[in-house]
Amino acid sequence: MNPAIRVEGLGKRFRIGQQQRYLTLRDRLAGILRAPARVLSRGANGTSHGRKEIWALREVSFEVQPGEVIGLIGRNGAGKTTLLKILSRVTQPSAGWAEICGSVGSLLEVGTGFHPELTGRENIYLNGAILGMGQREIRRKFDEIVAFAEVAEFLDTPLKHYSSGMQTRLAFAVAAHFEPQILMVDEVLAVGDLAFQKKCLGKMDEVARAGRTILFVSHQMNQIRRLCARVAWIDAGHLRMDGAAAEVVSAYESSMSRGNLGEALDRRTFGATARFLKWHFEGGAKGSNPYYLDSLGEVTVHFDLRVSTPVYHGHHGIALFNANRELIWGRATDGLRLQPGLHRISYTFPSLPLRPGAYFWQVSLWQDEEPIDQWDCLPEMIVATPNFQHPRDEWSGVLNVPSEMRLAELGELECAR
Amino acid sequence: MEYFDRQGHTITGIDNNMRLVGTPPLAKEPRVFMAMSISQSVPAQAPPLRIAPSRGLNIRLRELWAYRELLYFFIWRDIKIRYKQTVIGAAWAILQPFLTMLVFSLFFGKLAKLPSNGLPYPVFYYCALLPWSYFSGALQNATNVVVEQQRLITKIYFPRLVLPISAVLSGLVDFAIAFSILIALIAYYHITPGRAALLLPGFLLLAVLTALGFGLWLSALNAVYRDVRYVVPFLIQFWMFASPVAYSTALVPQRWRWIYGLNPMAGVIEGFRWALTGQGLAPGPLFAASAGGVVLLLVGGLFYYRAMEGTIADVV
Repeated sequence: MNPAIRVEGLGKRFRIGQQQRYLTLRDRLAGILRAPARVLSRGANGTSHGRKEIWALREVSFEVQPGEVIGLIGRNGAGKTTLLKILSRVTQPSAGWAEICGSVGSLLEVGTGFHPELTGRENIYLNGAILGMGQREIRRKFDEIVAFAEVAEFLDTPLKHYSSGMQTRLAFAVAAHFEPQILMVDEVLAVGDLAFQKKCLGKMDEVARAGRTILFVSHQMNQIRRLCARVAWIDAGHLRMDGAAAEVVSAYESSMSRGNLGEALDRRTFGATARFLKWHFEGGAKGSNPYYLDSLGEVTVHFDLRVSTPVYHGHHGIALFNANRELIWGRATDGLRLQPGLHRISYTFPSLPLRPGAYFWQVSLWQDEEPIDQWDCLPEMIVATPNFQHPRDEWSGVLNVPSEMRLAELGELECAR
Repeated sequence: MEYFDRQGHTITGIDNNMRLVGTPPLAKEPRVFMAMSISQSVPAQAPPLRIAPSRGLNIRLRELWAYRELLYFFIWRDIKIRYKQTVIGAAWAILQPFLTMLVFSLFFGKLAKLPSNGLPYPVFYYCALLPWSYFSGALQNATNVVVEQQRLITKIYFPRLVLPISAVLSGLVDFAIAFSILIALIAYYHITPGRAALLLPGFLLLAVLTALGFGLWLSALNAVYRDVRYVVPFLIQFWMFASPVAYSTALVPQRWRWIYGLNPMAGVIEGFRWALTGQGLAPGPLFAASAGGVVLLLVGGLFYYRAMEGTIADVV
């Protein structure tokens, strides 16, 4: 079977002058007056207008198999949208090529082509046509779209009288009922109210399970974790990492946190009394990677330290920080007696119900109020457990508490009891 | 309520190790959603679409044909919104040329007493204003359409050619509405059009192609150089005086006629008068030459526009 998307050495170059919103002849003339020498010499140095070139995307290659749901992550301006624009043919690449097998639908923005003067009904037809649906197809799905958007009573009202929430709902409804074999979505689920977002995510799940190929850009890591099995991380125009969602997202998050922390991750040692050496999960938490937590079950974490001179009134502190250096949990133990040699401090937790992401432990040892060693444990702890949180980052919170939701009918009698 | 993890398992519970327990994926169970998609599925092994930096020139008319429905929707939208929130609505399509006709009849006709080939002034001027107002409107719309639709262009793919074509074609509805007044005028003045009236669609077609030919160049240029949008109104004004709208071709000195005849709109307007009233100059070799020029301009415009297409989303 052919891959649904095949990308080979794809690149997109912008001249900085080209990114300017528009040129007028006056600008050109002003440019000549301001720097006549540069204009005259531009034939000599070869670069047109002496402008700088920027590669928004460079040497990107990957393949997507039919039915795969792949997430694209990266900082703002890393090139995700440029990649999507090239693959959806909005703009041409400057280098390399891509091959696409199957019908493509791209959703770079919700409501592209909506016109405020047209009614809801008219906009459904117009927007559908712009997305690439035939008139017959739209007519067939019309009722479904209206029901999904919950705008039935306003169908013949001009769109300009709709609330922005209604407009968004209608726009997403049209887009969601568009059924190409390959769907490219750019950050569009970031809009609308919560209930509707949930509905949208459900719809995306449905599309994914129906065997369609999806390319999904989002900054909501929980959405990415939930929808995508595979994630590609684009950094400064290059494909930095491509693999299983949990790994790539964690690597990305920890890189972002390092950006936040600067040089904060370090150690402060006072004297040569004792020193923390390493940390790891027991059994390497499944043997593979000892810093990787993928289960919500019981877990033990070990901290090894070497003591050089005896410690009599030891005080030990432990703290868990998240990627933003917010304290998640801390605990202290007094009255430790440590003889010279190697020691292991262990903590066993029935469960560490943490929101997936990157964390770090901080362990310290004191004697009589005097610090001996304080260590921000490297490498970071990566949490990649099954998720029970709200799909939107701002509502998911810091804990990922395993929970079960039930709904039951309740009689008056039971309620009164 | 059901929860799904990303493999599509329904999460029904949690075992002792707090790992998720799920049912098998649901994908095998076709839902309404899936069943509907089957009917519209594309042959599985359609040749892959190749995306690469463009090389060589190709107008890709077949692709344009595939997007004809979008073209229809753009035209439909233009027509729908043109007179939204106006009191008299589509009557504006009639009033605009009609009022200009009254002004021309009064100043150029009654006061300046310009010759009108023996035709009543209202008929003489309306015959010319009808194709002219279509042409000037179409040219202006086509010039601005790429800039006006830049949001669409930067967010979604479709053959960009659809835009200027729809801008040029949507004016035809106004033309048709205003045409009814022309019929009324001709009836009022008891003028009987001859068989030449059957050539009217041909003249109209030349006006459409002229507007499109120039529109293609101007809209692509306008995307990069916004100067164009200020130049075009002036160009249109100048062009009107270079066409027999306000006067008769008979006023043009014989030795300049050949240059004058190369203006395709001069041929269109003169042709309209001739076809409807039998008065004025019948189309001759100059008309054919100007029509040939329009075709060249149009083909060149198509290639230029297609060449711009790949990067238009970056520069607009």
